[in-house]
Amino acid sequence: MKFKVNGVEVFASTGGRPFDKKKPLIIFVHGSGLTHMTWVLQTRYFAFHGYSVLALDMPGHGLSGGESLKTIEDMADWISDVIDAVGYKEASLVGHSQGCLVILECAFRFPKKIKTLSLMGGAGAIPMNPELLSLAENDDPKAVDLMMDWAHGPAGHFGGHPVPGLYHINTGGMLAKSRTIKNTLGIDFRACDNYKNGFKAAKEIKIPTLSILANGDKMCPVKEGKKLADLIDGSKIEIIDNCGHMMLLEEADKVLNVLKKFILTYFPIKKN
Amino acid sequence: MTDKKKKSTDPKTYKFDTLSLHAGYQPHKNAGSRQVPIYQTTSYLFDDVDHAAALFNLERGGHIYSRISNPTVAVLEERVAALEGGTAALATSSGMSAIFLTIMTLCEAGDHLVVSSQLYGGTVNLFRLTLPKFGVKCTFVKPRDTEGFKKAIQKNTKGIFGELVGNPGNEIMNMPEIAKIAHDAGVPLIIDATYQTPYLCKPIDHGADIVVHSLTKWMAGHGSSMAGILVEGGKFDWMQNDKFPTMTKPYEGYHGLSFAEEFGPTAFTMKARAEGMRDFGPCLSPQNAWNVLQGIETLSVRMQKHCSNAEKMVEYLLSHESVAWVSHPSVPDHPDHDLAKKLLPHGKGSMIAFGIKGGKEAGEAFINNVKLASHLANVGDTRTLVIHPASSTHSQMDEATLKFAGLSQDMIRLSVGIEDFDDIRNDFETGFRAARRPRLVSNQ
Repeated sequence: MKFKVNGVEVFASTGGRPFDKKKPLIIFVHGSGLTHMTWVLQTRYFAFHGYSVLALDMPGHGLSGGESLKTIEDMADWISDVIDAVGYKEASLVGHSQGCLVILECAFRFPKKIKTLSLMGGAGAIPMNPELLSLAENDDPKAVDLMMDWAHGPAGHFGGHPVPGLYHINTGGMLAKSRTIKNTLGIDFRACDNYKNGFKAAKEIKIPTLSILANGDKMCPVKEGKKLADLIDGSKIEIIDNCGHMMLLEEADKVLNVLKKFILTYFPIKKN
Repeated sequence: MTDKKKKSTDPKTYKFDTLSLHAGYQPHKNAGSRQVPIYQTTSYLFDDVDHAAALFNLERGGHIYSRISNPTVAVLEERVAALEGGTAALATSSGMSAIFLTIMTLCEAGDHLVVSSQLYGGTVNLFRLTLPKFGVKCTFVKPRDTEGFKKAIQKNTKGIFGELVGNPGNEIMNMPEIAKIAHDAGVPLIIDATYQTPYLCKPIDHGADIVVHSLTKWMAGHGSSMAGILVEGGKFDWMQNDKFPTMTKPYEGYHGLSFAEEFGPTAFTMKARAEGMRDFGPCLSPQNAWNVLQGIETLSVRMQKHCSNAEKMVEYLLSHESVAWVSHPSVPDHPDHDLAKKLLPHGKGSMIAFGIKGGKEAGEAFINNVKLASHLANVGDTRTLVIHPASSTHSQMDEATLKFAGLSQDMIRLSVGIEDFDDIRNDFETGFRAARRPRLVSNQ
């Protein structure tokens, strides 16, 4: 659906069901340079099981208007604005990669609004490889090819997409190339590289938090994810085997199963 | 920058020859089976009611019924998508069903297509006679008439279709320019690249949005199994205009799903599967999918041999006293020679058309007397194949349509195989001797 946040049109997938303000809200925040489509194998389940879902296209990404936000802090504020714009007082947040930094900072800044955090392939900081950063900021498509290479685990490189007929690496690459690379991936990578508040924010988080990590993740390795999770009070960790950073596609079912268990437990649908 | 640093920025994603052996398959998810298993089943157990609902609602990936998808077929689909540089693919029971499914996913009654005139005879009949019965009309344009494609576009045009190298006349479409014409008009370019395979050309890299193949041909190579596929490039923006409401508007058949919004770069394939396979059902059998996979494993080595034999054959035919003309993009005076060098850098393919001196009668004598070359209605087999199109594949056409399709009565269509070239040449000598014999008699 399309709606306005601070006067700018925003697109969000509602998971194939009409957006219903009576239902609890889960917001999905994509990673660097990507779009709402990365979440298709997680969002539809929740939309069909009693939740209102918004898989956002961040400003300047996918089908959303505006320009890409330049800092993780601005993105965190924007997520809070999204919650206001759709008329909610609270939401549960799910993030992937850069999206983890965004929702972590959002929960730090707006602790009363955020009910749970689900961090996929997250870390307290995501410093960028200088060459990758430079390629992205210079609009070089090789940045996308490298990101897709590093983001997929050894098994993911062969394919085996859970949706019959889809090929992981080319699909992810096409999403990242759907807008101008320097204006999406370039800005996002710089925002990740500049963000330094992750560990401090983590210490302040008091809401249920789940870290989903993958043992083949080269971009946000398990040890970095654990370092972050250890700082969050009561945080839970799930590790997906034989999988890389694009766990939400590479092992979509396993990721959905652990996410489902966590959200149904800590952000249940209230029965009348 | 040092060489070491340069190396660090080279993506390590697998290359063509590796993908042709491995893409789409993970042994550890299949009992460690090194070879792709044949899932010879119609249907798949659901874990519980919730799991069943999730599959039907497209909440999860997975298989329900083999008309819609099958694990063996899915490996083939993913492998071809990987080789073509596409985002997704959907395999079908034949190349013709892949084309039909593509058009039925794209068009509604009242729509129009711009179509290259030089196509396989069956495809011509689909566009000329069958699709109008469904309310889809077509305007045919000669493949070299790039401007003609532009002029033929109407308000209700939903796509441009053509074979990259036309069958059987070897005329090449200027794919990058025709892609621009299609995209300026807000419609996709659909390319049948059966003759090239992704080893010789990846149409998506040159602007095509959907690629179709008869996998029966070079992709499989062995001539044992019928199969087809459509591959999605993922770049076409279905939401840029209001031409494709069935892609962009809520679809009643899936709880108001908008394929374009929900699936973006794989929307076309998702719709073709969810609607087309469900409603038309031209599914590929798992056994045939497996057979095609065996062929794809050796695609690059076979194509190299096909192309090198074809080059030798062109040289032989050009200097032969019984040959009136030779059409192959490798011939320097072929009208599309320069375009072929750009679009087909790894080889110009193994389809050759030539005219035999003595016309139809000589052609029939040639075909009746070759022994190694097989006379049949197929191309792209590992074996050398010959046919006389005017009396077989294109025999449903009248004289005027034949001429418009670039055919003549003296034309022999030749699909060069990978046998030892000396043996093919010796066989052709026998054929040519027989072809000359009636004329020698009549001259006495």
